[in-house]
Formats: sequence, C-alpha cells, structure tokens
Amino acid sequence: MKKNIAVAGNSGPKVRSDCEILLELKSDGGITIDLISKVKVLYGESIKNLINEILDLFGIEHARVKITDTGALPFVLAARMESAIKQLISTDLEYLPEFLTINNYSTTRERFRFSRLYLPGNAPGLMINAGLHSADGIILDLEDSVAPSKKDEARILVRNALRQISFNGAERMVRINQGEMGLEDLNFVIPHNVNLILIPKCESPEYVKQVERKIGTIRKKFNISNQVYLMPIIESALGVENSFDIALGSDNVVALAIGLEDYTADLGVARTIEGNESLYARSRIVVAAKAARIQPIDSVFSDVADTDALKNNVKTSKALGFEGMGCIHPRQISVIKQGFAPDRSEIEKSEKIVMAFEEARKKGLGVVALGSKMIDPPVVARAQKIIDLAVSLNLISGDWINEVRSLEN
Amino acid sequence: MPIKTVKNAAGRFVPLEINGQPVIPFKGVGKHKPGGRKYAPPVPTCSDYPDDGNKVVSTLEEALRKCGLCDGMTISTHHHLRDGDLVSNKIFELASAMGTKGLVWFPSASFPCNDPVIRYLDDGTVNRIEGSMNGPLGRYVSEGKMEGTAVLRSHGGRVQAIQDGEVKIDIAVLAAPSADPFGNAKGTGGPSACGVIGYAKADYMYASKVIVVTDNLVDFPCFPMEIEGTYVDYVVVVDKIGIPDKIVSGTTQITRSPDRLLIADLTASFLEKSGILKDGITMQAGAGGTSLAIAVFVHEILKNKGWKSKFGFGGSTKYMVKMLEEGQMGYILDAQVFDLDSVRSIEENVNHIPYPVFNAYNYHSYQHDGYNDSWCY
Repeated sequence: MKKNIAVAGNSGPKVRSDCEILLELKSDGGITIDLISKVKVLYGESIKNLINEILDLFGIEHARVKITDTGALPFVLAARMESAIKQLISTDLEYLPEFLTINNYSTTRERFRFSRLYLPGNAPGLMINAGLHSADGIILDLEDSVAPSKKDEARILVRNALRQISFNGAERMVRINQGEMGLEDLNFVIPHNVNLILIPKCESPEYVKQVERKIGTIRKKFNISNQVYLMPIIESALGVENSFDIALGSDNVVALAIGLEDYTADLGVARTIEGNESLYARSRIVVAAKAARIQPIDSVFSDVADTDALKNNVKTSKALGFEGMGCIHPRQISVIKQGFAPDRSEIEKSEKIVMAFEEARKKGLGVVALGSKMIDPPVVARAQKIIDLAVSLNLISGDWINEVRSLEN
Repeated sequence: MPIKTVKNAAGRFVPLEINGQPVIPFKGVGKHKPGGRKYAPPVPTCSDYPDDGNKVVSTLEEALRKCGLCDGMTISTHHHLRDGDLVSNKIFELASAMGTKGLVWFPSASFPCNDPVIRYLDDGTVNRIEGSMNGPLGRYVSEGKMEGTAVLRSHGGRVQAIQDGEVKIDIAVLAAPSADPFGNAKGTGGPSACGVIGYAKADYMYASKVIVVTDNLVDFPCFPMEIEGTYVDYVVVVDKIGIPDKIVSGTTQITRSPDRLLIADLTASFLEKSGILKDGITMQAGAGGTSLAIAVFVHEILKNKGWKSKFGFGGSTKYMVKMLEEGQMGYILDAQVFDLDSVRSIEENVNHIPYPVFNAYNYHSYQHDGYNDSWCY
C-alpha cells in the first residue's frame, strides 16, 4: 500500500523556531489545516496562506495538514511542508523562498578563516541569530549533526536558510556528507550561493576532484559566477598520509582542516586535552597545507564551558602553525579570533624588526641588526607577515611606520 | 458611585482617593515637596519591658495580642527572606484564627511563597495588599478578587509614604537572621542569613509597634545592629524564619545564551565608548542573567583601563563582590543580597556596607540615579 501520511520537522518542549508538520493525502474533502501555535492570533492567516500556496504548487487538492508550531519563520515552515510532501510524492519541483540579495556575495582565497561556526543543519533555532556573532565563516552542517533519518529534510532546510538568512558577511559554508550522499547534497546547496564546501573524512585527491567536477556541472547549469572554494577535512590515518595530495587536489582548495574525534578513533586512542596523540597528524597537516600555500585549520574544541582551556588550546594551535579553528558555540568565536590574531607584544617586536630592516636597506647594509642581535632574512619575513596580518585586522594602521616614528620623536 | 478623578502632570486621569484615603496626583518632576516628620509614632519606653531589657515573649500570637492586633490594622513585613519567607504567612494564619478582619498587608515585596495569603484575602482577614504583587497573588489581584484596591509601591516610594505618614504602620513584624533579647537585629549569622535587612528600616522606625522574629537569638549586643532595639517592642524566637536555599541563591549565574552574552558585551562596550563608564563611576547591577553578564564585561573594562568604581550600590552578587575584592570597586553599599558570596563578603569586608533603601530612591534621600556621574543597569 502506498504511504499517505508523512511527518517532517521537530517539536517538543525544548524546540524553538521550528515546527512539526503532519501531512495526510486525501481523495476528497479539500484542504484542512489544523494549526497549533502560540502566535496563531498574529500569524495564523499568513501561515495557512503559505501552506496553501505550497500545496497548490505541488498540485495537492485534498489533504489534512496538522502543524505544531514553536515559532517557525516562513522559510522553516516552507521547508518542513516541502519535506513532508516529498516523502509522499515523487517530484523535481521546489518551493524556493525569495533569495535575499544581501546574501549574494563572494569571498576570496586569502580571507581569514580564524573562526568558523558549526550549525546543525536541521536546527533552525540556532541558525537565525548565528550571523550576529561575527564568525569568519558559518557552516551549515549536513553531516554528523544531522540524524540519518533527517538527512532529506535538513537539505531542504539548509537550502532555504541559504536563501533567507543573512549571516552578516560571514563566509557561507556547507559541510556535505561523505561519498555519494555528499555529491547529492551539492544539488541542494550550490545553486544558492555557497562560498565554500567542507569535505568531511577526505582520504583521497580523487574525491576532491569528484566534488570539484560536480560543483562545476551545477555552476554551469545555473550560470553561477561566484567561486566555490573547498576545505577538505582530514579525519583518518589514511587522510593524514595523503594530506599533501589532497591539498593539491583542486585549485579551489583554500584550506585543509583536521578533525580529531574521528582521527583518534581511527588510531584507537583517546583524545586528550594535551593532544600528544595527534601532534604528528596536526603538524603533518600544517606542513602539507603550508607546502600547498593554503591555510591549515585546527579541529574544534569540544568543552564549550571551559574558556580558559580553549585559550590554551588556541595558543598551542597557533604555535604549531594553524591559522584557524572550528567553533561549536558562539562564545568560542571571540576567544579563537583573539587567539589567532597577533598580540600587542608580537606586533611591537615585528614593527622593530621590519623598521630595522628598512634602515639597513636604506644604508645599503647586507646585515640587519636589532640592538646587538643579528636578524636573519626569514625572521624579517615572519615579522612582515605578522605586520600584514595586524594591518588587515585593523589592529594597526597601514601607515604604522610613520605613526611609530612620530611617537619616537 | 463614580470615582472622582483629576488630570495629573503626565496627562492621565487619576483618582483623588484610594481605599478611602487621599492620594497625591503626580505634579511633575521636582514639583512635590513632601513634609516628612522625624517624630510621630510612639517609641517604647523602658517601663514597658523588664529591667534586664529582655523583650522576648513566647509566641508570635502573644506578641500580636500584646501589640493590640485588631480589625483594619496595617501590618508590615520586609522581603529579605525572599522566596524562603516563613514569617509573613504565619502572621495572617494567626490573625485569621484570632478572628481579625480587614487587615492591610504592607510588604516591601512579595514572592511566590506568599501565595497562601490568598486564603486570608478570601476569608476577609486581609482586605488588601499595598506593595508588590507577583505570580498567583498578582493574578488574584488582577482578576479583581481582592476586596480593597491594590496599591503598588516602588521600594523608594514605600519608604517615603511611611516617612510622610501616607501609610501608618500599626505593627511591623520583622524577621531577623540574628537578634538579641533587647531587639537589636541584623541580616547575618544563624541558619537563615540573608546578608542585610535594610528594607526594614522605615518600618522599625515608624511603626507604632515593632516585633522582631528570629531563629537565632544571640547575646546582647547583636552587632552591627541594622534594627536598633530601642525601637523594638517584642522579640519572638521561632524554630525557623526561612528556608535557607530559597533565601539567597547558592550562586548567581551569568547567562549562557550566546545572544544575551552578545547583548551584554555590546552594552558594556557602549558604556565605555560613550564615556559613561569611566574612572570613579558609581554603579548598580541587577541579578538577572544578562545584567550579571554586563557586570562581568564592565569588570574586564575597568581592569584593562586601570579604573576603579567609587562604589557599587547593591543588590549585590558575587560579580560585584569580585570587583570589590580585586580592587576595581571602592565600596559596596548594599540594600539587598542575592547570593552566598555576597553574604560572606558583607560579614568579612568592612568596605561592604549595609545601606538601607531608606537612604535611596525617594524624595528624602540621596538620588543616586540623578547624580551626574552615576548610572544604573
């Protein structure tokens, strides 16, 4: 017997900004909509109009719809309704909410990726204000944070979120699933301006190429000009061994991330705060990324409440050469950003070194000295890198040399 | 009968009389000059109690009888035992059993634990409440079930009404975590410590009769006394005046909501960038999760800038205590205490000073909010 009842979405005492929709297809009697909502008085009419519009698009004339609403915005209601319909009817139609023009921006290869905030792909309540917290990137996750039975509805929700939520200029990222499912995910997200795709548990350059080809096909079909960058996540021993090749897997790979929960599981060891068990892998990723001239990005730190431990973790991470870290809670963002940005003493030391280098060059000296210390060219290069970073983060002005000089005089 | 109303300075029509007593319509900022008196109510004399100064009577009922409890009297209480208060309800339970009718309950605030008072509003023991009415008590009042008209009073306005004789307290029943037999009392010590009992000051000074109820009778003198025994008529010792973990929270916590933390962070940096927050600032901080978080961010700014707040005005929490202890705050002037760290601080730290609300927020007191380098959040 053909299934004629479907349920999509979430409800329950702790669920907010979401809804659960039960759809029963009928053979007669028209459309009946039963709405349970705290905001029924204010939005009942518009919710029912939206549901009718969607049913109309999919050509459904007779059905019973029961909505248990906990404050779902229209893009969430639409996603849940579409998910319910697609469980019962096979169709290529999509109900696309308006694409906000503010969301149509591209990013660059070199931009900072210090902090990127993970958002579970099927939890709209966490998405709505995510853009307020100034993360460098926002990741809508279709992989580990979504239950296997909810994969289909998460794709539609994430698609609608990409169209309707402003992330305030954060790089718009999606983490797809592994393997074939991941390639299928791309159909749902690439047409809606994704800046970067995270490829989880990546073990080979071939898979990167597959993702790249699929994105190319979709971009062509939808005539998309914005670039879509790639960030493979290395989460296994094999991935670590192949990391340099993966980094070179496509010109669009801009960063290489490491995922330590799965990596330590693959090794069969416990993940510790000190992280000795992953030191080799982390260093190897840093070296592979730097050799490929892309950004090495560290694993998330999972104890959300322990800010001091996070601070230490960022310190170690930065010292190893990483240039960013994932966040699983907004309160980690500022700690991570501050941790990866150069601090006052680093900047001051670098200013002195670069100025000494300029002096020496003017005087035609082959050797740079700061006080009684000789300074090698790589030290100057590193200082220059820190200065560039500080300037681009607005920590010092572009005209810092003259400002420092005027202070000295 | 239609109610006689008059247009006040805010353009609202307000009654000239509530519960049969005249009220003063708002005249505009700074226009009203109330005439408070420093004397008026009777003060106990030494011939009223034994030569040894021992004013202890055996039960609250006996104390109420000796105070001459009768129909229509105004009974005041303070709210320092917060949601753990075991005294206020007891008064009306006894009054009901004694057959008293039409009392006015005049608390400095009420809490959900005071819901049983509804029973005594129903049976006519209590005619009305003047003070704050929240939760089920508030709903009862909103539904028009209370016989008299409710009068909502701000903390400062309540003190002023007492000082100016707008409200005459017949009997003040004041719970005290520590008291001596003469009636000196304070908010610290004993099993029901609440830190300070400053809201009781106008009550003990201006009530016709004063009963101190304690579960921790100490030797004379109970020092530093927040209630001065000179003004007290009777002392009652009971098993328990309160439920400790409902009096103060074990610990007050800042919000964990990322959105609220962001609001707190932005608020603190707004205060800094607008020049409102500066060296020598005086401040007040609330006990809610978001305002506590603002205090934490403000503390960071004070530390980074090397600034020091002249004083903080309590309600105190551990976050304000931290500013005091780490040197970013000169004094805490404290009208009420919200958590155990603050109770500890007020017992240990001479710069953490009980500061009755008597001295703030009304016509007769220092106007913190209007002072030019002060701010509240």
